[in-house]
Amino acid sequence: MPQDFDLNQFKATYFEECRELLDTAEEQLGVLQVQLDDVDIETLHAVFRCVHSIKGGAGAFNFTTLISFSHVLETTLDLLREGRVDLSSDLVDCLIRANDVLGILVHYAQNEEEIAADIWQNIAHELEILSGQKPTEIAPQETQKATSSLIASLSDYNLSADEEEEQGWGLFLENISPGLDGDGAVEKDDQGWGLFADEEPQINDSAEITSDKPHYRIRFVPEPHLLQFANEPLLLARELNTLGHCHGVADLSRLPPLNEIAPDVAYLSWTFDLYTDHDLVDIEEVFEFVIDDCVLEIERVQDSAKDVAEDKLLTRPSTEKTIHKPDDTPEKSLAQTKPVSPSPTTPDQPVVAKHEGKKSNNDTVNTTTPAVSSIRVDLDRVDRLVNMVGELVITQSMLKQQADELANNAGLRMTQGFEELNARTRELQESVMAIRMQPVKSVFARMPRLVRELSSKLGKKVDLITAGEMTEVDKTVIEQLMDPLTHMIRNSVDHAIEMPQDRLAAGKPERATIQLRAEHKSGRIHIEVIDDGRGIDREAVKAKAREKGLIAPDEDLDDDELDNLIFAPGFSTAQSVSDVSGRGVGMDVVRRNIVSLGGRISVFSTPGKGARFVMSLPLTLAVLDGMIVKCGSEKYIIALTSIIESIHPLKEELKSLMNGDVLVSVRGEYIPVVNLHRLFNIKGAVTDPAEGLVVIVETERYGYVGILVDELLGQQQVVIKSLEENYDPIAGIAAATIMGNGKIALILDVDGLAEMEHGAEKRRKHAKLQQQIFLSGE
Amino acid sequence: MGLRVLAVDDSKTMRDMVGFTLKNAGHEVIEAGDGEDALGKLGDDRVDLIITDINMPRMDGIELIKALRMHNIHKSTPILVLTTESDNSKKNEGRAAGATGWIVKPFSPDKLLQVVSKVCP
Repeated sequence: MPQDFDLNQFKATYFEECRELLDTAEEQLGVLQVQLDDVDIETLHAVFRCVHSIKGGAGAFNFTTLISFSHVLETTLDLLREGRVDLSSDLVDCLIRANDVLGILVHYAQNEEEIAADIWQNIAHELEILSGQKPTEIAPQETQKATSSLIASLSDYNLSADEEEEQGWGLFLENISPGLDGDGAVEKDDQGWGLFADEEPQINDSAEITSDKPHYRIRFVPEPHLLQFANEPLLLARELNTLGHCHGVADLSRLPPLNEIAPDVAYLSWTFDLYTDHDLVDIEEVFEFVIDDCVLEIERVQDSAKDVAEDKLLTRPSTEKTIHKPDDTPEKSLAQTKPVSPSPTTPDQPVVAKHEGKKSNNDTVNTTTPAVSSIRVDLDRVDRLVNMVGELVITQSMLKQQADELANNAGLRMTQGFEELNARTRELQESVMAIRMQPVKSVFARMPRLVRELSSKLGKKVDLITAGEMTEVDKTVIEQLMDPLTHMIRNSVDHAIEMPQDRLAAGKPERATIQLRAEHKSGRIHIEVIDDGRGIDREAVKAKAREKGLIAPDEDLDDDELDNLIFAPGFSTAQSVSDVSGRGVGMDVVRRNIVSLGGRISVFSTPGKGARFVMSLPLTLAVLDGMIVKCGSEKYIIALTSIIESIHPLKEELKSLMNGDVLVSVRGEYIPVVNLHRLFNIKGAVTDPAEGLVVIVETERYGYVGILVDELLGQQQVVIKSLEENYDPIAGIAAATIMGNGKIALILDVDGLAEMEHGAEKRRKHAKLQQQIFLSGE
Repeated sequence: MGLRVLAVDDSKTMRDMVGFTLKNAGHEVIEAGDGEDALGKLGDDRVDLIITDINMPRMDGIELIKALRMHNIHKSTPILVLTTESDNSKKNEGRAAGATGWIVKPFSPDKLLQVVSKVCP
């Protein structure tokens, strides 16, 4: 068995579980911080359970540091929930930090890295002081003990005589009888009889053989209630027999008349003669679970075994004797036992042999699987599935295209078949995508603590209200959401929220509120961060923008445009660089992150009242609804969500500028045209916008932009393959995909294209700005 | 010959380890995440052995044992509690509630099987 039992196979589950437990613990600790005055004991229980489970697993895998540290944490929590230590804000704060450290330790354990003691010892010490525990050494020592016992048990589980309590199990000697209800009891007693009757001849045989082995006489008198805990004397007798050769005699004196027999009362008692090389501790171990519910006397019989048969209960040639009464604590009786223990022979070997004997059972593999409502699947597998299904969609659409080319011959039934296939594949794809969907809760859950920590550091009073945590979004998006959101919340607490006295002076409630909400809107997820702080200071923004050369000195912008300048590269209105919002690169980085996800961000501000940041993100980063466009011999894909319309411009709607740029007039508005063929140096493409097609797209920074292409080829859902991961980032290209014919097509990054075109134009016009754009890395 | 065992623990790692060990030894294992889940999955179906953790959400191991001991069908089913060395008091609480025996976490597979054979015929 041990060779089958590879602990590593459980580690993945454990670490995954740890992460969930750490999150839950953090969430509950957050709740605790809020309920300081009126603590719900359940919250403490919940945190305790998390730490306890982490410790339990750590024990199994022998992560010693993790065991030590979680032990300290667990002890603190235990003291708290028993009410022996009062909860204080400092203590909760310390617990939250300790939970972080626990996370770090888990991380180290996962990577099998060495852990420097200073990572955890200080905080452990702090916890111990705050909770009034006896500090220091205790935990490490216990750990050592736990570890050593674990190692012992894993290697050969040699049951050391001094460590009975560490044997790791025991029986509450009470009742071992399955199916002991109604008439079953009589049957059970019958069985007990039967066994000993059956075994008697055999034992008599062996008595001679083993007469030279140490002889113990064991008197076992169960308390009447022993059976009620499902302990079974029969099994104890059987186990005794595995130690050596055993001869048992039942004492029927307590047995009432048949009609008075109660099914769950133990009437019988036994005297066993055991010939064994095992020592006393091993014999006591047999009775471990029942030790408190019986009278147990074990004595070493010194004289020859031959007289024993006659003596039975009458004579007591005892030289060594231990007696267990129910009121004895096991420890106490053990103490009595030790001095008189017979010199141990080598108990290890028989034990080991016994286990080898068990191996034969292991081949019988389980045939039934337990019913579970959810399963854990490796993300890679899901990704593979998503890719496969995506490609299935492509193949399907390609097939349809080919069938359409057969046109008239294909017939109606064929077309209908394709329609159905189309519907099914779509459905399949949606189901597969749904596997990866997760509630944004995992991201939102970290924000309360961020707000808490920041506000206490800055001396501000802020409440965070979250809504729509259960809104689901693809896992890839979730992963990317954390940084921008953290940044925005930080920004709000640091810059937008006023100090309490300033708020009072402005006639606002002392405590500020930040709302964080998520919702689904037209196939995208909208996330809003709303604060009731001071709003954006437009004059400061204007001054700063001029100073940085982001706007011309005489340029006049409306309020919205001014507000959105905070997303411009290199812009920050913070008076000084604070360690909270970092170096003030703030919002432009946020914007860039979000745009790189195919998202948009904008801000709506009311001076003195607060600001509302609105982010809109695609639900998934794995697939994209795209428009395939042709340019020369190349095919490109433009995300459908960014396309506004496509037009065939007339000659008179096109205006050429001095610098060679072309503008197209759409309903009286001039929109710059991006010459795709020029940017990508494509041969054989349409160069005159009047002959080609201009796809009007919406960009983040440049508003509407027209992209000149030869023609539109059709709409298709494509699987996104990251260029960064598979190749290198390319300006103007967001990602790649594989088409139905196996060829690679590039997905255009419309913002990047506008940037390239715009950049080229500006370079000609404005050397200073060009430098600015370069600095921003775009 | 295999036993039907109900393993109750809120930690999947522990359930996996108990489950794996027992299944490997030819037993059938039903898993439950807490006491309520366990009672729900059991219903009136007989199992040969119940192994339960103590610290669990919703319904903990102690309450589960009490409930089982009150139950007509399960009152004489052997119950083993999983405890850690630090909860000696829990062990006694388990005993008082009617558990048959205990196993200290962490346990080795052999130990688990040994204890199982100790309480199940």
